[in-house]
Amino acid sequence: MLPFAAMGVLSFMQHGGDGSATFDNYRQFFDNPSYWRAMVNSLEVTLTVTAISVLLAYPFAWILAEVVPLRLQRLALMLAVLPFWTSYVVRSYSWLLVLSENGVVNKVLTGSGLLADPVQLANSRAGTVIGFVHFFVMLLTLTIFANLKQLSPSYRKAAADLGAGPLRTFLHVILPLTLPGIMVGAFLTFVLCIGDYITPQILGGNNELLMPQLIMMQIGRRGDFPLASALAIILMVVVTIAYLFCARWLKLERS
Amino acid sequence: MKQLADLKNLARAASLGSAAIALLAASPALAQDLNALIWCDHADPALLQPFEEANGIKVNVKEFEGTGAGLAIVEQSQPGDWDVMVIDSIDIPRGVEKGLFEPLPEDKLPFGDLFAEVKMDGSTVVDGKRYGITEKFGYNTIGFNNTKVDPADMQSMAALTGDKYKGRIAIYDYYLPVIGMAAMSIGKKTAELTEADLPAIKDVLLKMKGNAKLVGEVVASQTALATGEVDILVGGGEWVTAGLAKENPALDFSIPQEGAVLWSQSLAMFADSKNKDMALKFIQYIMSPEGQARLATSSCYWGMPANTKAALSDDQKKALRFDEQPEFLARAQSYPAPDADLDKKMQDVWTEMLQAQ
Repeated sequence: MLPFAAMGVLSFMQHGGDGSATFDNYRQFFDNPSYWRAMVNSLEVTLTVTAISVLLAYPFAWILAEVVPLRLQRLALMLAVLPFWTSYVVRSYSWLLVLSENGVVNKVLTGSGLLADPVQLANSRAGTVIGFVHFFVMLLTLTIFANLKQLSPSYRKAAADLGAGPLRTFLHVILPLTLPGIMVGAFLTFVLCIGDYITPQILGGNNELLMPQLIMMQIGRRGDFPLASALAIILMVVVTIAYLFCARWLKLERS
Repeated sequence: MKQLADLKNLARAASLGSAAIALLAASPALAQDLNALIWCDHADPALLQPFEEANGIKVNVKEFEGTGAGLAIVEQSQPGDWDVMVIDSIDIPRGVEKGLFEPLPEDKLPFGDLFAEVKMDGSTVVDGKRYGITEKFGYNTIGFNNTKVDPADMQSMAALTGDKYKGRIAIYDYYLPVIGMAAMSIGKKTAELTEADLPAIKDVLLKMKGNAKLVGEVVASQTALATGEVDILVGGGEWVTAGLAKENPALDFSIPQEGAVLWSQSLAMFADSKNKDMALKFIQYIMSPEGQARLATSSCYWGMPANTKAALSDDQKKALRFDEQPEFLARAQSYPAPDADLDKKMQDVWTEMLQAQ
């Protein structure tokens, strides 16, 4: 709590000022469209990443839990967390090389005749999203997999006894029961994604700024810690709202 | 909910661990060692080892990027923790204002051997005392691949805002030098910039952004030029091309007719250093012909040595275009050195440029 409190106090100071309290740093955020834009960009990227990651992770977790034989599940899980074993920075730079105009993806697309010219994947929002999704699909897979494994087979048997087909059983029984796993994973994805500086910095090509980049920018040369603190507090407010949203939903599902 | 609680505990433990590691990393190891706040070029073992072996001392280094971040580390440290610091020459007055630096003994350092234009008396001398010595310099100008673009086009900054190279340009992500270049492209002097100049400068920046594929920091912009992702780097110079000259001789830089922005980095000694004799020895070593050659060709990035007597090989001099320096220096303009208010406004213009689609 101490660093957070210090940051809160600092956010009401003025860079190079006499120490008196001011709302200037917060006012700057609301007055400057470029700063606002950074928050909008962050939310757009984070929500996109979270949605894509959930959509990809669920079937992946399902396959791991239901299709892969029990004796191979440990190996499959190990492979699933493989991306976590490498350095975050190295992984992002690897993606930069893969997604660049001369990279593997564009070579395959142009070589196979699917595209006439290379597309710009690196140094764009698409690059940032791809880099994030690669990482967070694995995280979500683990939380959903854990949830799926905890489900008793009797739920499905009961649904079948009552005449529900596989799709109906999934939509009305399995999916609602695995929502806690999805929400925990989605919340973690949201929090980690919206506060991440490395991936957009390396893969986004600075063609747009996200909040963590805007915060770092205030510190780099000018050392404007008060403004950086105010921006960080605003970002934390957004994360808190996301948490309240998820927590409330989880509670409702359980009741 | 337990799942969430477990994850929260894990996250808490991880953040405590990270904080502990960060504290350890930021704290100098031993008081009798030499503790240096540095840029990445000083972390090269080829530079540090000869000094350590000659003096039987360990140089503990802490890398930082940006003067603000460096000064923040100092403020969070105990007095006497640090002995020397690498700093943008234009920012030495910021450190002096905070009472951080010790005046340097001019008679014990090779000021007479420095390129005259990089002594930077306007920044390194405060109230008649010299607080920093320029160790390395270079240019923020136009870096390019001479097999992909017409070198004649690179003699004018107009090529950066025209249509011919649209989508083939990267911009170095540091607002001061690139704003300096934008100012020079419309005939303004970098030393005389005011708030009134910013709208015109912003127009130039937005045109450059319209042509750019990316705006990248050192590694990203260097990688983009080296891998062929882009053919031109706005703000590039010998610091990008010289180190890669052997592997990629097509990488080149020009000093266009409008000129280039001169960057320079200095060494300063902390006033509360507990090891001033060794700090001075370190500065003397870095400024010696051998130290200068090693610093100029550091594995992190190359740059021109400030000392004209740097012991560089012929190949190294060729890559750095050592013999052309008098002409380059004559056409270069100083790094913009705005006051705090103008600095903030320049950064906001830069932010607008980055956000522009």
